[in-house]
Amino acid sequence: MSLELDTPAPAQPRGHRAGPAGGEKARRRSLTRLDLKFSPYLYVLPFFVIFATFGIYPIVYTVWIAMTDRSPLNAETSFIGLDNFVRLIADDPQFWNAVYNTFGMFLMATVPQLVIAMMLANALNRRIKGQTFFRMAIAMPIITSTAVVALIFSMIYARDFGLINWLLSVFGADPIDFRASKFASWFAISTMVDWRWVGYNALIYLAGMQAIPKDMYEAAALDGASRMRQFWSITVPQLRPTIIFTLIISTIGGLQLFTEPLLFTSGPGGISGGSQGQFQTITMYLLDVMNQRFQWGYAGAVSLLLFLLIAGMSLVNYLLARRISSDK
Amino acid sequence: MTTATLQPVARKPKRGGKGPSSTSERLFKASPLTWIGLIFGVILSLFPFYWMIVIASRTNDAANTWPPPFLPGGNLGENIGRVLANQDANILKGLMNSVLVSGTITIATVFFGSLAGFAFAKLRFRGKNALLLVVLASMMIPIQLGVLPLYILMSELGWLNRMPSVIVPFLIGGFGIFMMRQYAEQAVPNELIEAARVDGCSTWRIYWHVVAPALRPAAAVLGLLTFMEQWNQFFWPFVVLADPTNPTVQISLRSLNSAYFADNSQIFAGTLIATLPLFVVFILFGRQIIGGIMEGAVKS
Repeated sequence: MSLELDTPAPAQPRGHRAGPAGGEKARRRSLTRLDLKFSPYLYVLPFFVIFATFGIYPIVYTVWIAMTDRSPLNAETSFIGLDNFVRLIADDPQFWNAVYNTFGMFLMATVPQLVIAMMLANALNRRIKGQTFFRMAIAMPIITSTAVVALIFSMIYARDFGLINWLLSVFGADPIDFRASKFASWFAISTMVDWRWVGYNALIYLAGMQAIPKDMYEAAALDGASRMRQFWSITVPQLRPTIIFTLIISTIGGLQLFTEPLLFTSGPGGISGGSQGQFQTITMYLLDVMNQRFQWGYAGAVSLLLFLLIAGMSLVNYLLARRISSDK
Repeated sequence: MTTATLQPVARKPKRGGKGPSSTSERLFKASPLTWIGLIFGVILSLFPFYWMIVIASRTNDAANTWPPPFLPGGNLGENIGRVLANQDANILKGLMNSVLVSGTITIATVFFGSLAGFAFAKLRFRGKNALLLVVLASMMIPIQLGVLPLYILMSELGWLNRMPSVIVPFLIGGFGIFMMRQYAEQAVPNELIEAARVDGCSTWRIYWHVVAPALRPAAAVLGLLTFMEQWNQFFWPFVVLADPTNPTVQISLRSLNSAYFADNSQIFAGTLIATLPLFVVFILFGRQIIGGIMEGAVKS
């Protein structure tokens, strides 16, 4: 793109009107120059103003506040260095419980979620009648909010009159109190996450699959590769960037898990994630520390560790996915 | 690298158009297993919606029976009336607030996103690449990281329990800019912009008369996705809108849920009300939404 102002513009038929005064011309020219120079900055400015104020500033502030004992209950704030981090890492079983729960549910939700999404995408990628209908139906859960999902599934998993326990009774099994144990509550919450996100991931995989050249499959079929073989040797390796993308998105979302476990408890007090904190996640613990105990400095330290975990996990996912598919 | 690319050009011809090679036809034939999987998927996808209607249309006593009811009843209107009248949930206020919040953010995101996307795609300026990197990085930062200072900031601004606290920080995000930039790169030919320059158009006029009209399809998709996302926000409104008299609709649902007595038919009527607007949007624009998600996927 050339923005050379000095080249005489060939198309200026309007300029012939009784030549405007030289000063006027120069003024216009400098205006144009200003426009060219500063407009781009002006156009990207709104983002940077918002991001600086509500993105960067709070992060910097978090780093500082995490090194203090600030609390609305304290009259004065003093600098305590890394004490919060030391306490958090060495001496806070509730935090580690929350980390454990978060990772447990993350794994329990993400692995089946991506596997099922991949299978659905593979099915949607076939020649089927009613393509639009199937896509729409499978994508439909994305319109529900996490709050709505949590409320519907809370009742499906209710102890006394829940659908799942009724189904179990039909098969002669004992009812399960899904809120009572770690495993059962994790299972229930993971299915909520999966119901909401499987369709979304399936669409993303489908998009990736459609971009794979068909002759690759034709050639493989000529060589006698079975459909299974084609799937593992063509589809999966070709989808590598897509898989990494969904893994990272799921990691960022999964480690921030909050609404589903919060609303899984009906009645007040959802933030503690069950009677023994069976399903309290890191984000729930963060709000617990911040809004129930008012230990703001300590909450800052929790925020930072959560962020480090997310960043670290995203990196691990990325490296893993790269390894796995380059082995193939 | 993730790249959101909305193809401005015509879509690929549908598979199975005129005369696909017979091998490829056979290769992509749906097996019975495919059909079973798909139908199973559809049932699992749609059942919770059906269940929502069943419970929302029953009395609370009927909702808590053994076996559970499987067919809708006749109490939908009554339950909706009860939830609308519930003083603790303020769901009407919540609906109005959600319309205000989601609407404002959607308009701002589309406007600022297209403006900045145009600048990043088509204008020359110093530091462009570095600034674009910042935009991309901003998408990776979870709100939890700064939640505490953000909360303190809101309280100092006097915005706690007021809508600016859930609107202003989200007026424009990295995703909107990035998506519009990807689209603008392909959809707006450089020659068009240069021709407009030669005609003496200012940058603003080029944006308004040349670029903005060309960006319309992507703007529509961005608007839909933004509206859906904002309508469903929970975490941040939960933090700053603690006072239940001025909620968004999702926070109203939380109030219904945190009552001591779980009135399920009323809660489900509430979830139905909260989902209905997006349901309508999905029926009208489902294709665009799905297209947007698919084209926002990785292509590299």
